[in-house]
Amino acid sequence: MNLITVENIVKTYHLGSSDVQVLKGVSMAIQTGEMVALMGASGSGKTTLMNILGCLDRPTSGRYILDGEEISRMSANQRASVRNTKIGFVFQNFNLLARTTALDNVLLPTTYAENGLTTKALHERAKALLDRVGLGDRMHHEPSQLSGGQQQRVAIARSLVNNPRLVLADEPTGNLDSHTSEDVLQSFEKLNREEGITILLVTHDPTVASHAQRIIHIRDGLIEAGAFAAPPATTAVGAAPAPDATTGKKR
Amino acid sequence: MLKLATTLKTALRALRRNPMRSALTTLGIIIGIAAVISMVQIGEGSSAAIKQTIENMGANTLIVFPGQAVSAGVSFGGGSAVTLTSQDAAAVARDCPSVLAAAPQVNGRMQLVRGSQNWVPQFIAGTSPAYFTIRDWPVVEGRAFNNSDVLGVNQVCDLGQTVVKELFPSGKPIGKTILVQNVPLKVIGVLAKKGANMMGMDQDDILVLPWTTLKFRISANALQNQNQSTAAASTTTTDQLYPETAQNLYPVPSTTEQTDTPQPVSFPNINSILVAVPSTSQIPQAIAEITALLRQRHHLQPGQPDDFNIRNMAEISSALGSTSRMMTNLLTGVALISLLVGGVGIMNIMLVSVTERTREIGLRMAVGAKPRDILSQFILEAIVLCLFGGALGILTGQALSSGVQHLLHWPIELSMPAMIASVAVSAAVGLIFGYYPAWKASRLDPIDALRYE
Repeated sequence: MNLITVENIVKTYHLGSSDVQVLKGVSMAIQTGEMVALMGASGSGKTTLMNILGCLDRPTSGRYILDGEEISRMSANQRASVRNTKIGFVFQNFNLLARTTALDNVLLPTTYAENGLTTKALHERAKALLDRVGLGDRMHHEPSQLSGGQQQRVAIARSLVNNPRLVLADEPTGNLDSHTSEDVLQSFEKLNREEGITILLVTHDPTVASHAQRIIHIRDGLIEAGAFAAPPATTAVGAAPAPDATTGKKR
Repeated sequence: MLKLATTLKTALRALRRNPMRSALTTLGIIIGIAAVISMVQIGEGSSAAIKQTIENMGANTLIVFPGQAVSAGVSFGGGSAVTLTSQDAAAVARDCPSVLAAAPQVNGRMQLVRGSQNWVPQFIAGTSPAYFTIRDWPVVEGRAFNNSDVLGVNQVCDLGQTVVKELFPSGKPIGKTILVQNVPLKVIGVLAKKGANMMGMDQDDILVLPWTTLKFRISANALQNQNQSTAAASTTTTDQLYPETAQNLYPVPSTTEQTDTPQPVSFPNINSILVAVPSTSQIPQAIAEITALLRQRHHLQPGQPDDFNIRNMAEISSALGSTSRMMTNLLTGVALISLLVGGVGIMNIMLVSVTERTREIGLRMAVGAKPRDILSQFILEAIVLCLFGGALGILTGQALSSGVQHLLHWPIELSMPAMIASVAVSAAVGLIFGYYPAWKASRLDPIDALRYE
């Protein structure tokens, strides 16, 4: 079952009098439970595609369907609630609120959610998530008291707090050293393997991309390779083949 | 409601994250509100003091005079009709809601004698105890005469400072007796010093006594003296003093003649009614009520002219009006300017804050904040700052004006409306000056905002 279906997306930017076509008809799909890397050099249209997939931007033409909903026709407010409920973001520079505890940072997306959970239930959930990323003892620390890897793990916990269908990680290890990067990527793999959360890693680093089950290569606004999952591997829906594939690739 | 509470919590948390910036932003509002509060309180204190002074000069009093008497087309001038009575004065005080008090006035100009001293005071006022209230004139020594003195036609009087000085060079007038037209009056009180009135007349040159005493014990005598037709029937002053040497200046009328000559009637009329109104603004209302009441009491038909005139201190009251108007305008101006400055300060800092927090705004939008959420968060932040500043400003302003009262002895007046208004205004300032930055924040594109360095 496809979580993401992209059909012939075109994105054109108007720069003064000239039009620049950044995406020139992209089609791709990501299945539920997959862990996919989106790779491309800078200027390839990778960031633009990620913005569209993250519902931050709209395509000029083409269709984008996320979890059965057509995003390309939605208003800004509707996209905001899709981002809130269905997508978790992890950024290169962590984007944690300064002078705010890890716990409150994790709770940030719940401020804008309308799921009717009580404050207490939300706190329980945030604590559980921090425990899961190994920061149960640091939940009252502020970002300045945490290392880069810890900050990124807080960000991962934050991305999960509203139970999203998709976690979108934009260069999640770009600001981390190789050892910490490995930790963070293993957290993603663990989430994917154990929770079946669909993960899209956007990166230019082949080492990072190698952690994914599938790599989508984008170049000059077109997808070069890996746009769709291999048909034989998806006879059965779910994450069943995922652990093997991941472990197989790991070392 | 829940949404608002959450947004408020978010706003508070955001403000707490940068306490220094929040405090500096609030400072503008604190100073603004403190200035407004202290200005208004000091200003209202002074205004009230000025008003009090002017009202003491008689701005809130009215005087009712009888109309003119006309005989065979010859007018005897204003005040010559014999129509006002002390019952009119009582009715005015009782039946007109806009009237605080009313006192009858009987005037005279007579010689006062005390031992070897004599003096003709500027004013002799026969009146009721209400007179002291209306003229706001306390008795500093002894007591004022009371209603039973009026009803008993008691021979008592209160003296002004000048009269005391002239008749009692050695002081201590209380309990002594003075003579007015040979009628002995006991001095029971001395009035406070009042100084000259607006016309330059010495107000302390006064004798105040029950109007009944003046009317029926003193003036009745004089009236008979003035009446040519009964001159023969009366006795002269020398006759009274030296009855043995009485000489008849006129032929003694026969019994028939005496019977045919009407005795002068001692009318219980009064010269005027002095009326006090609670405030100058109620003067027109009071005039209308008194006019209606007196027309009814004097049985005047709709077409007939009034047989009385009502005078007010228009000059003084217009001076009072313009003074307090000017005061109010001045204070409003000061208040507006200082709040405007505070508001611009808020807007300034909020704009800086929006720029500084662009990444935060981008993040909030990425995790699902709608433009509306961002807008309300920033507006709420501004309003919270302003309300907080307003509360502190009220305290500061209160402290300032108390300090001024304490150190400079300026009168101040607590102003509840000013406090309520300044809280409302500070919230409004937050809303108005917080709106633009908040709107700017809500219009940010999350993609650009997230990448903002």
